[in-house]
Amino acid sequence: MSSRVYGCLSLIGERITENSDFLTDLDRQIGDADHGANMARGFAAVVGKVPGDDPDIGAALKKTGMTLLSTVGGASGPLYGTAYMEAAKVLAGSETLSAQGFVDALTAAVAGIQKRGKSVRGEKTMLDALIPALEASTAAVAGGGSLSDALDSACAAAEEGVAYTRTIAATKGRASYLGERSIGHQDPGATSAAITLEAIRDYIRG
Amino acid sequence: MVGIVIVSHSRKIAEGVKDLAMQVASASGRIVAAGGMADGEIGTDAVMISEAIRSADGGDGVVVLADLGSGIMSAETAMELLEDDKIDVRLADAPVVEGAVAAAVEAACGSPIENVIRAAEEARSARKLD
Repeated sequence: MSSRVYGCLSLIGERITENSDFLTDLDRQIGDADHGANMARGFAAVVGKVPGDDPDIGAALKKTGMTLLSTVGGASGPLYGTAYMEAAKVLAGSETLSAQGFVDALTAAVAGIQKRGKSVRGEKTMLDALIPALEASTAAVAGGGSLSDALDSACAAAEEGVAYTRTIAATKGRASYLGERSIGHQDPGATSAAITLEAIRDYIRG
Repeated sequence: MVGIVIVSHSRKIAEGVKDLAMQVASASGRIVAAGGMADGEIGTDAVMISEAIRSADGGDGVVVLADLGSGIMSAETAMELLEDDKIDVRLADAPVVEGAVAAAVEAACGSPIENVIRAAEEARSARKLD
């Protein structure tokens, strides 16, 4: 039987693949039209390389990060790769995921993306979905919420963050070449980040 | 001799810059290309770059030159992957072609890594006309 973490990574891969054309279309408007295809290629490799029966969440996330680094190709390779590898350090040796464990792993992942991209909130990037998601899930868990509550809060905040990216100009990444012309377009990286959180939520709900 | 790693989104660019630098500097080895993805597609691969850094290092350190955008991010990721390797690896803030040639000439003279990276970075302000 497959481990829970493998099942969750597989669902993330399915959702990324289902949304591949959508993500690539978003990227065509403000980037270089490869985000969906790159991420789908990365996760196709992930489901092939992560062992299906090892319950160690940290080990699976580390393998996921390394695989994304060497298969995605675009900027999302080092960004998502670093995020999964930083989360892996927090969850090394864990076989179950607690609400606090999720928040701690997401904290490390977001810090890794900020460091790698030298980016902050409000620059029309994946951080505009992930930072609100981190804040909302941290608050939910601080208030005694379960893992499922944490993910509900994270997804709602990420969704709002994705909508927010339509209202601002890109100042980071390739879309920043467009400046004000990027307003009105939804950021593909924020969108794939929200899709990832939704897949985790749906997997946890079962 | 200080090693040099050329990172580009394109395998052909990285290989071509390596060939050019080796020819100009009459350098033997220690210049390694890490361009494109393992399947030859356009992109950068932090794992491939980390292996290139390891093979370029002969004990005197390695200077990395990278092209646009995620080339820098992948190079920085590669350097973190090597944290336990104790290699003196530094990323040059330099144009890839001119920087690689200048660095290769300096490295071939047997200069220390500080001089090699300075040579690469000075190539950024070199004028081509007049």
